[in-house]
Amino acid sequence: MIVSHAEDHEGTRRDFLYFATAGAGAVATGAAIWPLVNQMNPSADVQALSSIHVDIADVAEGTQLTVKWRGKPVFVRHRTAKEIEEARAVDLADLVDGNAENANLGADAPALDENRAMDADGKWLVMIGVCTHLGCVPLGNNAGDFDGWFCPCHGSHYDTAGRIRKGPAPRNLAVPLTRFDDETTLVLG
Amino acid sequence: MSGIPHDHYEPKSGGAKWLERRLPVISLLHGTLTIPTPKNLNWMWIWGIVLTFCLVLQIATGIVLAMHYTPHVDMAFASIEHIMRNVNSGFMLRYLHMNGASLFFLAVYLHIFRGLYYGSYKEPREVTWIIGMLIYILMMATAFMGYVLPYGQMSFWGATVITGLFGAIPLVGEPIQTWLLGGPAVDNATLNRFFSLHYLLPFVIAGLVVVHIWAFHTTGNNNPSGVEVRRGSKAEAEKDTLPFWPYFVIKDLFALMFILAIFFAVTGFMPNYLGHPDNYIEANPLATPAHIVPEWYFLPFYAILRAFTGDVWVVILANWITGGIVTAKLFGVLAMFGSIIVMVLVPWLDTSAVRSGRYRPMFKWWFWLLAIDFVVLMWCGAQPAEPPYSTIALIASAYWFAYFLVILPLLGVIEKPSAQPDTIEDDFKAHAAKSAANPAE
Amino acid sequence: MIKSLTLSAIAALLLGTSSAFAAEGEGGTHDVDFSFEGPFGKFDQFQLQRGLQIYTEVCSSCHGLQYVPLRTLSDAGGPGLPPDQVRAYAEQNFEVFDAELDDTRAAKPTDNFPANTGVGAPDLSMMAKARAGFHGPYGLGINQLFKGMGGPEHIASILTGYTGEEKEEAGLTLYENTAFPGGWISMSPPLSGEDVDFADGHSNDLHHEAEDVAAFLMWAAEPKMMARKQTGFIGVMMLAILTVLLYLTNKRIWAPVKREAKG
Repeated sequence: MIVSHAEDHEGTRRDFLYFATAGAGAVATGAAIWPLVNQMNPSADVQALSSIHVDIADVAEGTQLTVKWRGKPVFVRHRTAKEIEEARAVDLADLVDGNAENANLGADAPALDENRAMDADGKWLVMIGVCTHLGCVPLGNNAGDFDGWFCPCHGSHYDTAGRIRKGPAPRNLAVPLTRFDDETTLVLG
Repeated sequence: MSGIPHDHYEPKSGGAKWLERRLPVISLLHGTLTIPTPKNLNWMWIWGIVLTFCLVLQIATGIVLAMHYTPHVDMAFASIEHIMRNVNSGFMLRYLHMNGASLFFLAVYLHIFRGLYYGSYKEPREVTWIIGMLIYILMMATAFMGYVLPYGQMSFWGATVITGLFGAIPLVGEPIQTWLLGGPAVDNATLNRFFSLHYLLPFVIAGLVVVHIWAFHTTGNNNPSGVEVRRGSKAEAEKDTLPFWPYFVIKDLFALMFILAIFFAVTGFMPNYLGHPDNYIEANPLATPAHIVPEWYFLPFYAILRAFTGDVWVVILANWITGGIVTAKLFGVLAMFGSIIVMVLVPWLDTSAVRSGRYRPMFKWWFWLLAIDFVVLMWCGAQPAEPPYSTIALIASAYWFAYFLVILPLLGVIEKPSAQPDTIEDDFKAHAAKSAANPAE
Repeated sequence: MIKSLTLSAIAALLLGTSSAFAAEGEGGTHDVDFSFEGPFGKFDQFQLQRGLQIYTEVCSSCHGLQYVPLRTLSDAGGPGLPPDQVRAYAEQNFEVFDAELDDTRAAKPTDNFPANTGVGAPDLSMMAKARAGFHGPYGLGINQLFKGMGGPEHIASILTGYTGEEKEEAGLTLYENTAFPGGWISMSPPLSGEDVDFADGHSNDLHHEAEDVAAFLMWAAEPKMMARKQTGFIGVMMLAILTVLLYLTNKRIWAPVKREAKG
């Protein structure tokens, strides 16, 4: 049976133009909507603060520097030999949270003091100062029953390595992504 | 709808029938989208879609800009720089909003002048015209307040000058000015309330746009011939009209894309051309700029405002007649508002029985003179208020009022119109034949 | 339409007269061919670095740059200094007041350049956009259409426009300047040529120094200029394609209607 294909051709040609126009319109609409959505993402000044340098030259032994990073307090403590010793003497089995909670290590690193402190000597302890219970800022300088930090809101006690020992908090104080830029400068984030 | 006989929507699916019985949105949208539209609409009918796009653009960019703007005198200018430098695509959103306002006004002036030429304001479309004028006035208020928000020098001093005009009103002027400002001068109270109102008014405009469309859908669109669509039978109506979708939606979108291409070129390559450099200087209440100028779309009215100085004879006369109540300042204010009022009243000032300017040979000259007059006034508004510019502004202002108050009423009586087509179909065929003779498309 | 014909006729008429004003705008701003002008213009990274050096060594003593974040000195499209160099630069050259410390401290990249109102000199962050070098002719804005607003040109013209004449007025010393509106500026000539030494040995004569610092100030005022032009170009291209497609679509759907009307 002889069928004229002329109409088919015209049909597809007509449709092609309409599809092309609709397609181009869709692409243009998407290109227009994207900036309207993306402007809500963090702006350049907020992104710049996602990583900060902290000068620790003046942090004496046995003292703590608190800095604001990504909107939260970060404790930078220069620990004494006694605090380091105390932390290392703790048996892992006594800990409430056996995970190091250290962003610089793997997810299953155990909560040994060596996995909590920044350096091999254990002098520098850097932690996000937000109680893992409901978010209050714990008090430092050998506070609480374990000589470390104590959260006044609901009574959580953290030891000299910032690990939860007593109270309602479920996890150790988090150690953020940190590194030494040089001997006297920390980089957070 | 519009009294033009046409097929009505019949819901086919079960879901459509269910909804249609409870809330006839589908038939409303279908009827609106396929409304019979005069075949012979020309390219001066595209400005409506441009205006709609501009409103959507300004609202969309405005809302996202408001997420980063701080409406406090100490932080407003800095927050704009924050948007320009830190916010993702912030610079583009700001420039689009800034130049979008200019496109909005360019489109509205072409839209209004189209109406003036083709008699779109004449019976039965007076209400469409008045709503349009209301939209225009709200646009001006919105733009004025929006310009204050960056709190640059022109923002501050422009606000000072314009709010100062209210002080010219006798008796109640000063209290009204203080009420507007929230204090003795433009300050934080003013800025904050302008931000609130600038956010609000566009939605009032959107509502009025819906009513505007309702109004001209009720009467049916005007068309370049001024001849009404034949409503005797569906067959006749179909000879004069085409459904809005797809014929005019596609035509409108084509024109819109073309205009947007130019708009994007301006926004991307010369975004500050239409603006004033002084607005990149932070507002300083203690230092007045050498020349205070509003944005270009306000310039004609600014020229009219400043044209009527104390030495002009009408001002002297008015001052004497009212025993000193009408000062030069008040006269200027009245003239400025008056220039818009005469435009609002044009349906009743134009006495001609012929609708479209196409068939009014005398009218055409006066109309084009008005268009040139508008541009001349715009140019005057940007010049210093001294001779020769002040004299030119005065003559140009006089013509504006003369056109509406003297010429239009007289023309209807003395003009002999040329032959008009009998139907839109005839007009469309005539134009099609003309373009067949000189193949342009 | 007739309107566009009239407008283009006016423009054509005045193009002739505008050439008389091509050399100088109001206040004697001369045109400079900056690398960033035009739709495809780009900032010259090394020119911006030289301009930064001039700002730091000469201008910053009186003029602040308070809206420019120091970290943007390492952004692409700008001076493009490496981040640690920016940190050192900030620390060595500027002090900022820290509200939390209630004291001043060395600047960090996340700070802005400090403000400086010590001698009442205007902040320079927006200066290149806050001035128009070109005007008219006769208030028609045609010079700006073809040559740009002329902000950086105006700055360069002022820096090279000192005649050497001085006068005293109301206890102030004013310096004659061909580019400054009114002819007398209260800033003493900041540059005289060879004021700074460029490490790469680039010419440091007055004319080059003026252009370099003017280019730097244009970047300071509009760091996103190149991104803006790029977005504009892409937008125009996409819309041009859409225009063509819609033109063809429009023609296609109207064809039978027009055919019927002619036949």
